[in-house]
Amino acid sequence: MKTKVLMAILAVVIAGLIAVPWIASYFYVFIFTEILILGLFAASFNLIFGYTGMLSFGHAAFFGIGSYATALVLIHLEWPFLACLLVSMGASALLALMIGFLSVRLNEVYFAMLTLAFGMMVFAIAYQWRSVTNGSDGLAGFTLGSFGLGLDLTLANPSVYYHVVLAIVAIASVVLYVICRSSFGMILRAIRQNPERVSFAGLNVRTYRLVAFVIAGTFAGLAGGLIAPFLRVASPELLHWSMSAEPILMAILGGTGYFLGPFIGSAAFVLLETWITTYTESWMLVLGIILAMMVIFFRKGLLGTAIDWWMEVKK
Amino acid sequence: MSGIGAALLNSLDIGLLLFIIAVGLNIVFGVLNIINFAHGALYMLGAYLAFTLINIAGMPFWAALLLAPIGVAILAVIIDRVLLRFIYSRDVADSLLLTFAILLIINESVRMIWGSGIHVVQPPQLLSGSVELLGSSVATYSLFVIVIGLLLLAGLWYLFNRTRVGRIMRAAALDRDMAEALCINTRMVVTGVFAFGAWLAAVGGVMAAPMRALDPGMGDKIIIESFIVVVIGGLGSFPGALLGAIILGLIHGFGGRYLPEVNLLLPFVGMALVLLFKPNGIMGKGASA
Repeated sequence: MKTKVLMAILAVVIAGLIAVPWIASYFYVFIFTEILILGLFAASFNLIFGYTGMLSFGHAAFFGIGSYATALVLIHLEWPFLACLLVSMGASALLALMIGFLSVRLNEVYFAMLTLAFGMMVFAIAYQWRSVTNGSDGLAGFTLGSFGLGLDLTLANPSVYYHVVLAIVAIASVVLYVICRSSFGMILRAIRQNPERVSFAGLNVRTYRLVAFVIAGTFAGLAGGLIAPFLRVASPELLHWSMSAEPILMAILGGTGYFLGPFIGSAAFVLLETWITTYTESWMLVLGIILAMMVIFFRKGLLGTAIDWWMEVKK
Repeated sequence: MSGIGAALLNSLDIGLLLFIIAVGLNIVFGVLNIINFAHGALYMLGAYLAFTLINIAGMPFWAALLLAPIGVAILAVIIDRVLLRFIYSRDVADSLLLTFAILLIINESVRMIWGSGIHVVQPPQLLSGSVELLGSSVATYSLFVIVIGLLLLAGLWYLFNRTRVGRIMRAAALDRDMAEALCINTRMVVTGVFAFGAWLAAVGGVMAAPMRALDPGMGDKIIIESFIVVVIGGLGSFPGALLGAIILGLIHGFGGRYLPEVNLLLPFVGMALVLLFKPNGIMGKGASA
């Protein structure tokens, strides 16, 4: 019964998402493109935070590297978009392997400090290495050519780009979901609850944490590859720690204990941002206050609170 | 020779300033077992308060050095009593998240109040010249920072090893339940230590104000530097904070002079090297997961 209701809700949501360009204005096509991309970014973050219990303050490093990789390949090599995304994923996986190797062996407090420091290191490189990254201005002026796979898509059309993003995010989400539900995902959850017991069971906790970190970084890189053509620029702001704060907030807003939590958090976040920035420029201030309130009072997030409420009502 | 002498003095003033800030982070971690992500923001607040007191209210530098850190410490008491008290009994992730939220709030507030432009604070008349030392001329203010840094170092050592207050702080750090059983009001200790850490950060901020231009990103830079210091030295270790700060000071002092192209990267390289060989920091223990 419960799964049937959930499936029905999910089907309606997916149908609604597919229909967005036909029923809503261009403004909302842009909004929903952003929600989907940031949702994937937040879901990749939640694999290490919600599932494995590692709180990273440098997840924007992988998102940003992904966007720079796509921008660079588009500018210098003019490859099809799909190939750009694969390069983005490869680049962020490699970076995640390097940062993760140094960070995952230490405890939670150290891990938080190290991810933040290494994240800002990547930011500093992008800021200073002007000949490649164009410094604080970022990389702009790239155009999307073909998609790849012989598909004839006009990527410059926002509606087409939205559908491409929807399809890629959907596929990536299914892959992430399968990873979360696999025995590997079960072990990650066990590590979050009690790493000592997992290592007593003969499993190498450090390796599992590193693999989770690399997977999360790879999907964040994919999200970054999708955001560059959407924003038409890859700039250092995408690497800054305030960008790392966004998936943290989205995951907590939606609910870190649920696979779909980060997506709901992303939707709430983007809609809230759109609404609030029409009134004030101090979006980060509002973000900080919301984060503080969520952590203190609503630790389970919107989805968790709603599910608790639903259970209460059914009783 | 004079080049090396100047680089050495420069390293020492950067290093001791970093020590003042990082040791505050370390003390708060030692007693409260939380990493205060907003520590750099409190440092920035100290600098901006000093700017207002000196350039707007027309007070002398010395008055600002006394008053601005007290103001920041009072704010820290409020932060502790209003926000942090909710999460002391929770998982460590919650304290990281909450202090991160406080960091965002302070950063944006500074931008709203003082603007995103750059502000400059002049050093006091007495310290604005330069003196001949080791065959090269050195800014008097650098020497002042070194002297104050050494005085604070000695003061902190005395506080922790020779006074009752220091013993109470160490007792609360070792075993809070036991301290409570011995009639120590640990709640007050926690608030006091958090305020003391903020006070140290703000002292660092006021001291840094005449040396560096004030901008809303200055807190971000210093918190990263402080993290590097405690990672290199070892989290929670007093000598570790000093060692880490001096090492980072040397990296800046000599790196800025001899390797300007990769200057920004060197601290991270240093940190990565320490992590490879001593994952718990040079003086630290028990950080492995």
